Amino acid sequence: MAERSFKEEIAKLRLGEGETFTGEGILAITKALLENGVGYVGGYQGAPISHLMDVLADAEELLGELGVRYEANANEAAAAAMLAASVHYPIRGAVTFKGSVGVNVASDALANLASSGVTGGALVIVGEDYGEGSSIMQERTHAFAMKSQFWLLDPRPNLPCIVKAVGDGFELSEATNTPVMLMVRIRSCHVTGTFATKDNRRPTLSVRDALSAPRSDFARVVLPPMSFAHEQDKIRTRWPAAERFIRERGLNEVFGPKEAPVGIVVQGGHYNGLIRALQRLGLADIFGETQVPIYVLNVTYPLVASEFLEFCEGKGEVLVVEEGQPEFIEQMLSTHLYRAGSPVRLRGKDVFPMAGEYTGQVMLDAVGRFLREAAPKLLPAVALAPNAPGPVIPDLSKTVPIRPPGFCTGCPERPIFAAMKLVEKELGKHQISADIGCHLFASLPPFEIGGATMGYGLGPAANAAFDGGGERRPVSIIGDGGFWHNGLSSSFTNMAFNKSDGVAIVVDNYYSAATGGQDIMSSRAENPTKATKHPIAKALNGVGITWVRQVDRTYDVRRMRDVIREALTTDAKGPKVIVASSECMLNRQRREKPLRTQAIREGRRVEAPRFGVDEAVCTGDHACIRLSGCPSLSLKKLDDPLRDDPVASIDPSCVGCGNCGEVADAAVLCPSFYRADVVHNPAPWEARWAGWRARVIGWLQARRRARRLNFEGVA
Amino acid sequence: MAAGAAPGAAAELRGRGVTVQEPVTAADPRLGGIIKLAVLAVGGQGGGVLTGWIEDLARANGYAAQATSVAGVAQRTGATVYYVEMCPVTDRAPVFSLMPAAGDVDVLIAAEMMEAGRAILRGFVTPDRTTLVASTHRALAVSEKMVPGDGIASSDEVRAAAEVAARRIVMADFEAIAGANGSVISASLFGGLAASGALPFPREAFEAAIRAGGKGIEGSLRAFGAAYEAALAAPLAVEAPAVQPAIGAGPTHLRGEWERLLARVRRMPEPVAEMAGAGLRKVVDFQDLRYGAEYLDRLEAIVARDDAGRGHLLSREVAKHLANAMAYDDVIRVADLKTRDSRFRRIAGEMGAQEGRLLHLTEFMHPRAEEIVGLFPAPLGARLEGSARAMRLLGRVFARGRRLRTDRLPSFLLLHALGGLKDWRRRTLRHGREVAHREAWLALALGQQDYDLAVEVIRCRRLIKGYSDTHARGLSKFDRVLEALPLLKGRPDAAEWLRRLREAALKDEAGKALDDALRTVRSFA
Repeated sequence: MAERSFKEEIAKLRLGEGETFTGEGILAITKALLENGVGYVGGYQGAPISHLMDVLADAEELLGELGVRYEANANEAAAAAMLAASVHYPIRGAVTFKGSVGVNVASDALANLASSGVTGGALVIVGEDYGEGSSIMQERTHAFAMKSQFWLLDPRPNLPCIVKAVGDGFELSEATNTPVMLMVRIRSCHVTGTFATKDNRRPTLSVRDALSAPRSDFARVVLPPMSFAHEQDKIRTRWPAAERFIRERGLNEVFGPKEAPVGIVVQGGHYNGLIRALQRLGLADIFGETQVPIYVLNVTYPLVASEFLEFCEGKGEVLVVEEGQPEFIEQMLSTHLYRAGSPVRLRGKDVFPMAGEYTGQVMLDAVGRFLREAAPKLLPAVALAPNAPGPVIPDLSKTVPIRPPGFCTGCPERPIFAAMKLVEKELGKHQISADIGCHLFASLPPFEIGGATMGYGLGPAANAAFDGGGERRPVSIIGDGGFWHNGLSSSFTNMAFNKSDGVAIVVDNYYSAATGGQDIMSSRAENPTKATKHPIAKALNGVGITWVRQVDRTYDVRRMRDVIREALTTDAKGPKVIVASSECMLNRQRREKPLRTQAIREGRRVEAPRFGVDEAVCTGDHACIRLSGCPSLSLKKLDDPLRDDPVASIDPSCVGCGNCGEVADAAVLCPSFYRADVVHNPAPWEARWAGWRARVIGWLQARRRARRLNFEGVA
Repeated sequence: MAAGAAPGAAAELRGRGVTVQEPVTAADPRLGGIIKLAVLAVGGQGGGVLTGWIEDLARANGYAAQATSVAGVAQRTGATVYYVEMCPVTDRAPVFSLMPAAGDVDVLIAAEMMEAGRAILRGFVTPDRTTLVASTHRALAVSEKMVPGDGIASSDEVRAAAEVAARRIVMADFEAIAGANGSVISASLFGGLAASGALPFPREAFEAAIRAGGKGIEGSLRAFGAAYEAALAAPLAVEAPAVQPAIGAGPTHLRGEWERLLARVRRMPEPVAEMAGAGLRKVVDFQDLRYGAEYLDRLEAIVARDDAGRGHLLSREVAKHLANAMAYDDVIRVADLKTRDSRFRRIAGEMGAQEGRLLHLTEFMHPRAEEIVGLFPAPLGARLEGSARAMRLLGRVFARGRRLRTDRLPSFLLLHALGGLKDWRRRTLRHGREVAHREAWLALALGQQDYDLAVEVIRCRRLIKGYSDTHARGLSKFDRVLEALPLLKGRPDAAEWLRRLREAALKDEAGKALDDALRTVRSFA
């Protein structure tokens, strides 16, 4: 584990009746779970819900007091499967993962769970990773709710609403025997705010107690003929029950005047964005008091036909605000209107873009267009008249460079790809498949290694068509997180069983680094509640892969290069796997920097390494950068009229990982790099010896200086 | 409205020459209550800390506040956005938006110059309302750094756009201010924000927010204060200090000769003299005064033939590139530069190795057999190079890179001795090669009828740089560009095409752009 402490967060989880919580959305959800008597929680990390997992992992003590079981599941499928505990037992359970990739992985378990139905409330908290900053394919979780018939909550993005949705979700689940999914968008997860807390509640039946009184009912098993009965039950019983519950409890909300020529239907998560657009059009105030009626879908599946039709009554046109594609909600609502023979005209993706994020501008443009067309009288004069043209702002689209994410300063994965690039210079371009994780940044410049990713743990599996081998071996890359998530079975067992001739590189950075440093099986850390320290190489041997090379210091570019070359050229049969291990530098620095500062303060001997470039020696070709891309290895322009090109320069953020020197050496680049180790608090003998050396060196330097012209101090 | 809330600070800014435009009233009073603030940063800059302070500041001063961010992989050195909205607390909860919208941002904090550009590009900076607090420093994007030539984006363009786009600008190198005060940029940007007067809170309230944060308070407050002062004082453009003329320090007899050479430079036409001064210094530093005299001989001959009507452009370019060609990168030069006392002092200063600390220096050297043979006397070197067996043997000896600890005697003595081989240099194989190459290049340039084309041939010298493979690649690009000369002969746009070829050669490592450009040239030649 990355040695981060969530003490402050855990204190917030202990708040009781009448107190106020201030913090992030995702932590508010965690607190709400405890207030609602959850019996077990689990999940799989990933943006934007990692924080929930991290806090829970550190809150073992609190969870123990409440009798709540916490499980860091191996993957999303395992997490969803854990909800099986709520099938027969009246225990509330919650799991979390990111959408839509997490739902993809979990879909088998989710489908079975939905078919069986639940007794205790089962809640899946999905962090929808869509739009700006997302690292995954742009899809919607919504489809899974529709295909498996579980209910989808999409609350308004403020803390009280999100917290309320957790309680509503459990009750809705229990009232309808159906699992419920609570969708929170990436910004809602990180939105800050306050809500009034309640006391935490122990589960009425704990998982421990349940083990003492086991239950089973074959009617719940997904086998014919019960599975046919499940389908009927979903439609005849659970769905109407859900509609009833949603109406009676008022889960969806209506704002604004009763009488109006138009109305707007909005996914709860987009309520704030819609209000902002109406504010800017002069139709709402800062408290959300709106002149246009709004029907807020805090439940986006199922859609309650009767409620929707009532909202539409007396209106000429209704706009649906629904982000992403396909437009499931709009289609469903159109069907409702059509079946009811309603004359109301439904607008949606005709004014909104079908694909892409609903940014402030998109929302303003679309809502403005809808209102201008459907109800121009509503709009104040300012909104109708176009603004006076502002000054012409110079176009910077050609100036501003793109800035995609990349490896951090000192990242141990950088030398692996530098080595790979060097090998490709010798042996030519290879077929390379990648996986999910930081290593995927290698597909971007300056490395441009790897051309496809098929999913978590599927890197080597994605090369399966090439398992038979050829002139050059296929290479796949997978992280340690991906390895344990699903890679061992889907990728490596697959390789071994099919006698693959391919090469796989496992990037092992000591824990699941990309998602925040969560422990996994091969973590090096001691973890009192988890089994760690299981080497990846051992697991590979276990599935029958014998050609395994362990590299314990990836910064050794020369060794990395030689091992990769060997894997690509050896005569050995079967899969060739390289486990490249070095700790994630981001997390390592978080841990070590304060310790180092303290040690220096206390007078202990500390060596602090950092790299530098002799600018007079650097010729400004930037070959080193094309093998690095390190944020701390940058360029600077010299004040020298003789030099046209900027030279390499290393800024103080350098952590002295060594990649620069190793690459300069292995690629035979140039002699401009040097490493400077500053020794703090040296031993007395060491200082004396160094002083003597410095005097000899100084004498030689002064002697030469005195015999020639010196231009020092001049640029 | 926030923008008008701190008139004192605004007046102060105006008084100190910072662009301050008059406040405009918000279009819709119902919206006036919300202050919208966005932070555009590079992942890893600590934008989260800054956002936290702003939130705490607002809440502590009677405002309701909401912050959002898009964490995740964008933080791994990618561009990232934080967003805060605030308004005075009332008995009703305001509805805040979760993301900034174009044309709807009151305060935009850009933690880097191109991020300021990105903010303008995305429409987050508008003349009617936005105060832009931006750090002028650059964190170069990979695409800017990879280019073998100069791929750095223009900060001036961003600054010019900002002056049109923003209602008010507060710009300073907040990164440098933070560094100088032992802190990070979030603290100095917070100081810039306080000084901008864009938020309706006094300086003390900002400082209280830092104190409440509880981590690294002292450093943060120092950086905050320094940034506050700098933001108020900052002139918009910082002039780079002019390059001082070279004054050589050293033994009297050398100084006398140096003065004589400088006098020759001063007699040259003004545009040439400036470059020749720098060039002379470079070649003398590389070798000796005699070498400097040779440089001037060569140059003066060209000046004499040059066209004053063209502003002596050719001579000026020769002054520049001839100096670079004469001061080529060989083992002797590297060893000399690496062992100078000024270098040791500079590194100790930069790395913070003051009293009581020791400095270990490790050099990463990897001379190949070719470089070693280049040090041999020309006839022997050439013979060795001709022998595959000798080269193989040498290749084996120098297959591994050397890590030399120049703070220790054995390595220092080795490099010191190598660096002292200047008298030997003129006899080496490498020197002979360099002279021949240089003369061929000059002859090629001076043999052109077309003045502009001659200038462009001279400028092609820029393509040659680096060591070992990089150097070989540079040479081959140089050759390939100049191979196009016969194709261009007699064309009125020959110089322009040669320039394009050279620019293309500097675009990427593999020379793809150059291939394309050469194909184009062949298509019309």
